[in-house]
Amino acid sequence: MNPSSAPKALIIDDSRTIRLMLNNLMKEFGFETFHAADGIEALQVLEQQWPLHLALVDWEMPRMNGLEFIEKVRGNAAYDELKLMMVTTINSLQQVARALKAGADEYHMKPVEKESLEAKLQLLGLLAEPEVTV
Amino acid sequence: MPSEVLSAAPAAFTQASFDYICKMVYDHSGIALGTDKHYLVQLRIAPLAKAAGHANIDAFVGALQRGPVNGHRTSIVEAMTTNETSFFRDLSPFEALRQQLLPELIKNRGNQPLRIWCGACSTGQEPYSIAMIIHQHFRQLVGRVQIVATDLANTVLTIAKAGRYSQFEVNRGLPAPMLLKYFDQVGNEWHINDEIKRMVAFQSMNLVNAWPAMDSFDIVFLRNVMIYFTVETKREILRKIRGVLRKDGHLFLGTSETTMGLDNAFQRTTLGKAICYTTGGVPAAMTSTLRPSLSAPILARSSL
Repeated sequence: MNPSSAPKALIIDDSRTIRLMLNNLMKEFGFETFHAADGIEALQVLEQQWPLHLALVDWEMPRMNGLEFIEKVRGNAAYDELKLMMVTTINSLQQVARALKAGADEYHMKPVEKESLEAKLQLLGLLAEPEVTV
Repeated sequence: MPSEVLSAAPAAFTQASFDYICKMVYDHSGIALGTDKHYLVQLRIAPLAKAAGHANIDAFVGALQRGPVNGHRTSIVEAMTTNETSFFRDLSPFEALRQQLLPELIKNRGNQPLRIWCGACSTGQEPYSIAMIIHQHFRQLVGRVQIVATDLANTVLTIAKAGRYSQFEVNRGLPAPMLLKYFDQVGNEWHINDEIKRMVAFQSMNLVNAWPAMDSFDIVFLRNVMIYFTVETKREILRKIRGVLRKDGHLFLGTSETTMGLDNAFQRTTLGKAICYTTGGVPAAMTSTLRPSLSAPILARSSL
């Protein structure tokens, strides 16, 4: 696939293992990927690599956590088109509500499975729905 | 339900045992297991054999052949016919429902009740998805729409009626705003709320047996189950669906299923990205192409 035509995703997680896992999945879905280990780094990558289509955002990270990153991004109209999906072990309804209120478009509780990530990407309009084959 | 992961190479069982299981499943459900389904029989029947006190599937089948089958037939058939499902599976039928079908039905039906049937509903995610769309976007229909959901297997109907799902199941296809709005978290489970549960009536029904008397439906979902039937059974089921689908009603099948070559009374129609089937001819307005959405409308965030 021509990298310049592929949708672009920023994977933000302080765990290298998680970043690699999400990287492999997103590449399978046809995305070009970028990485960041915390919110501060993610903002830098966002600025350098814009336009991007999606950020997968871990919540608990040093320096700037995922919620703070989402709030920063949503406070900048230049990034209005960026889809934000929280990807986190935090799985309480209260926290889901906080993330959505802050401006996340979707919320995926870890662990991430290929099928569930694929379904979330379809909900976000970033992945083609299954084609009718007849 | 999560995709099944195969562990180490399964223990062998005889072709005769496989044929016995296949015949039992076919005779009771019409579902024809292909020759490539040995792994599935091993995966799903081995635990039943063990629970019945047998060392392996061959011993289990031997006992069934010699003695009374009792409740084992039901267990075997249910184990082999349980379908995978998820919330808002394939998305486009639900977009069609929200953007086109339900608005048209509201306009055309006056105050008449609307009826929707989800056949082979498994653990309930499909009918609950429909209920959530109606509750979120067409509140005036709550109380006026009847969603009937049926399945052969009582085990999955029990799960569906309870409306309790795992984290994996709510992660898969359910928009987060809807999780927030329609589910309560109870320990490790996610319970769909009572208002949504009350919108769906679950019933046991075997598609290949005589159907109970049913009032006509405006919309029928029968997705990803026809693929398991023989051509003759598919034709029979489609004939029966024609008998319960209103003249301007719509039938949704799975993405790899069709009525073409099976029942010429159905016409293929597109609603946005969704394919569906009608019998009575559909007004031009109903066949207009929906504007493809970059961001699925189902995702529209409710006020928090």
